[in-house]
Amino acid sequence: MTTEPVVDGRSAALERYEAVIGIEIHCQLKTVSKMFCGCSTAIDGAAPNSHCCPVCLGLPGVLPTINKAAVEYVIATGFAIEAAVAPTTRWDRKNYFYPDLPKGYQISQYQLPLAANGRLTFDTSEGPFTVRVRRAHLEEDTGRLIHDELGGRRVSLIDFNRSGMPLMEIVTEPDIRTAEQARRYAEELRLLIRAIGASDAEMENGQMRVEANVSIRPRGREAFGTRIEVKNMNSMRAVERAIAYEIERQAVAIDAGETIHMETRGWDEARQSTYHMRPKEEENDYRYFPEPDLPPLLTSPEWLAEIKARLPELPAARRARYREVFGLSSYDADVLVNDAAATSLFEATLEAGPGLSPKHVANWVTGEYLRLAKAAGNGGLVVAPEMAVLVKLVADGIISGTNAKEVLAEQFATGRSVSSIVAARGFEQISDAGALGAAIDTVLAANPAAVADYRAGRAAAVGFLVGQVMKATRGQANAVMVQTALRERLGKAE
Amino acid sequence: MADLTRLHAHEMSRLLRAGEISSRALIEAHLAAAERQNHALNAWLVIYRADALAGADVADRRLAEARRTGPAALAALHPLCGVPVGLKDLVSVKGGQATAGSKILAGYIAPFDSTVTARLRAAGAVILGKTNMDEFAMGSSTEHSAYGPTANPWDLTRVPGGSSGGSAAAVAAFHTPLAIGTDTGGSVRQPASMCGIVGLRPTYGRVSRFGIVAFASSLDQIGPFARDSRDAATLLHAVSGHDRRDATSAPIPVPPELLSLPATDDEAAAYLRGRRLALPTEYFVEGMEPGVAARVGEAVAAMEAAGAKVEEVSLPHTDYGLATYYIIAPAECSSNLARYDGVKYGFADRSSGEFIADYLRTRGAGFGPEVKRRIMLGTYALSAGYYDAYYLKAQKVRTLIKADFDAVWAAGFDAICAPTSPTVAFPLGARTEDPVAMYLSDACTLPANMAGLPGMSIPAGLSDGLPVGLQVIGAPWSELSMLRLARAYEAITARATWRAIEPADLHLTDDPTTPSPAERKTRRMQGASAKGSGGQA
Repeated sequence: MTTEPVVDGRSAALERYEAVIGIEIHCQLKTVSKMFCGCSTAIDGAAPNSHCCPVCLGLPGVLPTINKAAVEYVIATGFAIEAAVAPTTRWDRKNYFYPDLPKGYQISQYQLPLAANGRLTFDTSEGPFTVRVRRAHLEEDTGRLIHDELGGRRVSLIDFNRSGMPLMEIVTEPDIRTAEQARRYAEELRLLIRAIGASDAEMENGQMRVEANVSIRPRGREAFGTRIEVKNMNSMRAVERAIAYEIERQAVAIDAGETIHMETRGWDEARQSTYHMRPKEEENDYRYFPEPDLPPLLTSPEWLAEIKARLPELPAARRARYREVFGLSSYDADVLVNDAAATSLFEATLEAGPGLSPKHVANWVTGEYLRLAKAAGNGGLVVAPEMAVLVKLVADGIISGTNAKEVLAEQFATGRSVSSIVAARGFEQISDAGALGAAIDTVLAANPAAVADYRAGRAAAVGFLVGQVMKATRGQANAVMVQTALRERLGKAE
Repeated sequence: MADLTRLHAHEMSRLLRAGEISSRALIEAHLAAAERQNHALNAWLVIYRADALAGADVADRRLAEARRTGPAALAALHPLCGVPVGLKDLVSVKGGQATAGSKILAGYIAPFDSTVTARLRAAGAVILGKTNMDEFAMGSSTEHSAYGPTANPWDLTRVPGGSSGGSAAAVAAFHTPLAIGTDTGGSVRQPASMCGIVGLRPTYGRVSRFGIVAFASSLDQIGPFARDSRDAATLLHAVSGHDRRDATSAPIPVPPELLSLPATDDEAAAYLRGRRLALPTEYFVEGMEPGVAARVGEAVAAMEAAGAKVEEVSLPHTDYGLATYYIIAPAECSSNLARYDGVKYGFADRSSGEFIADYLRTRGAGFGPEVKRRIMLGTYALSAGYYDAYYLKAQKVRTLIKADFDAVWAAGFDAICAPTSPTVAFPLGARTEDPVAMYLSDACTLPANMAGLPGMSIPAGLSDGLPVGLQVIGAPWSELSMLRLARAYEAITARATWRAIEPADLHLTDDPTTPSPAERKTRRMQGASAKGSGGQA
């Protein structure tokens, strides 16, 4: 083993090389039952081997039957990435021995994937970028090995709950050049998959697994370098960091005269570095052949049309609508669409308050609401109809923006209704000209120096006077009305 | 009442409904015969005496209840209610063994019923036990069983054929009127032929494969053994039909007429009039025994005399059948048998403490030589760089073989007639050292498997005292027509002297001093090596 080179994100070697990156993503599909049997997919937290049957255990004589919902999710994803959906698709067996693979083969799709030749466009800090997607196919998951100690003996235990869970595999062409593009691709794909409802795609619990094939080559050269497979990236941040690390590690190594060998490396979150997992000296021979237990799957034009018609609005279209129909900024549209909770709160608030300005609603959702959600680490107890009431109160000048933030914070935390919070806190603004006039008169009388300053041409003095009025009304005065009225009075008296 | 074991299933059914016999008496008689004679035959790997008697009592109650209720209730019962049946030991029966004739599945207990089992239970059939077979159905003599060979009741020194040899021998020996086998390359038809009984391999997709230990998924079909065509039709009826647990099973209705093949010979024989029968010249091969050719020729002539029109046809790709079969079947089996790794069930050698080494030890010791040979053949055929030359090519040839048959159906033929096996039953040990000689005994049967077609073997007389089978191959889903043809042939030969002859060595099997087939085989092999001769070619 060679000593690990210094990889600190500042290596001069980075200048000379270009990275070539391909991404493989596995997504656990959100079906009720497993891919080829009737077992429930609710395996999170379940006792080991409590969600299996003869079929997903691969007992002698069992046969697979296809889960239609899983097929439809992959087809829907195919449409969403503008891929060609095969009129005839087939299942293949991928043969290899491993204790967590109960049949000794995995049913997958090799020659005729459900979807092929798609693409996905997303924004990066350097502008929009498009990645070609080679294929999207369906396969079954394996069981899970657990290495443990039993009675002082080291043992390997197998949990087959995950065996037969439906997985969608999506493979890109080697189009990606930077770690940021890789992360952004994965984020955009996750958004798309969630929009379709195909998967919850939580990386933390393995519902979405991202693997990257990373190689580098001297800038200007066409031939690919030797690729390294990087695994175990459990967050989007980890995807970007692991790939950035790997690019630099390879650059430093090559500059030091080392040869890159095919290998699989894992991302070590604690050390923020990749480590050697296993060599990949030759491609495994999986002896793929058509699964004889499943007839080819024909996707009729009618069925495809039905799936297409059911597709929800996809993130790119939604962003465009927010910009073009609602007049939101690109930034606001992005922030809203990239966060599922924000999107649904925004849409539902507009639905609950049809007269509201989408811009106002967007400001409250992307600003105060997301700030609270981020701080709390959850979506809080805010509901759209209350959000609509709040935005309307502000828009109508009933409560001040400052007070509205406090109202939202309280609703977020307690779920109490906006009107009861406003009433309890006495946040309703004084917008009555008569009541305001009395308060203004009192303040003007009590602050002759400030009045004199203003009249002497120091316009800033009006701010002090507004503050005094707000203080006298315990913040309930409508600040805009106060300012207008003050200017009017001071001008008149001149 | 005469010996209950000599009854046909349709006779048993009639007597059971009439209340003239009980299922318990019927089952007891068959259990007694099987238990008494199994030492000499080794047809059964396990006999479920207690379960069978319990099943008989349930059937007797159902029959009694139906008799009380009235004729409609009796008619609603399946004719197999209360009738015994044997299952090849690769059919899953909940709570029972399914060794598939292999050591590697020793100790495995199936936690579920196969669809075939479930349908037999629903019909009220009584499962007597599980029958011997070549390991994972790979073989043509039942000698590749890890549990010893089975003897042929016609001549205890000979094989019953295979791979479903236990089922065929049990039916021929009157241990059961009916048994289930599987046919991947001829494993129902060839032993039926060698044991002088009826065996039918249905159209691929007719019978659900769910719960049947797989050999080669695209070729396996489950079929009935019986001593006449009416019984075979009844058993086929009970187990056939679409099953949503088998994606390759076809949503094709099961003809109810399977239960009403003609009872009288005159009515049955009339079916032959005007039928067009094809004789494929390629099936009358070199190496065919003259006795076999003679019996098949006589059978065809008899049908011609009864009004059938017989013409020679050519199935030009027949010669490639064997070679392509021995690529496709091993390829599929190499994958299907990968699950037997000692991790989850069955035989395991975990002595190394390291899983790759344990895999090798388990599979090395758990599989017999023929299974290992085929796993190696199949693994090779699917390997990168060889896939196109072997597997893909074989699949293309398979299409050509199917096209040969399609042309025959397109020309308007009702069925193809041919020998089932080029030879009568051969001596134990004669072919075990020569895999290719063993493979050749399926040359006439496996093209139907390659084309997914139904085929059956029906007894057509004896050659030197040993049974010869006539093979009938039909168009897809034409089992009913094939069975009507077989029934007609039975009718026109009903009075032939050979029909009255029982298996010649059956009387020896009652003698507890008669050697077991394993002992016979050992002696024969020792004798052969002492003489320095390798047995017949």
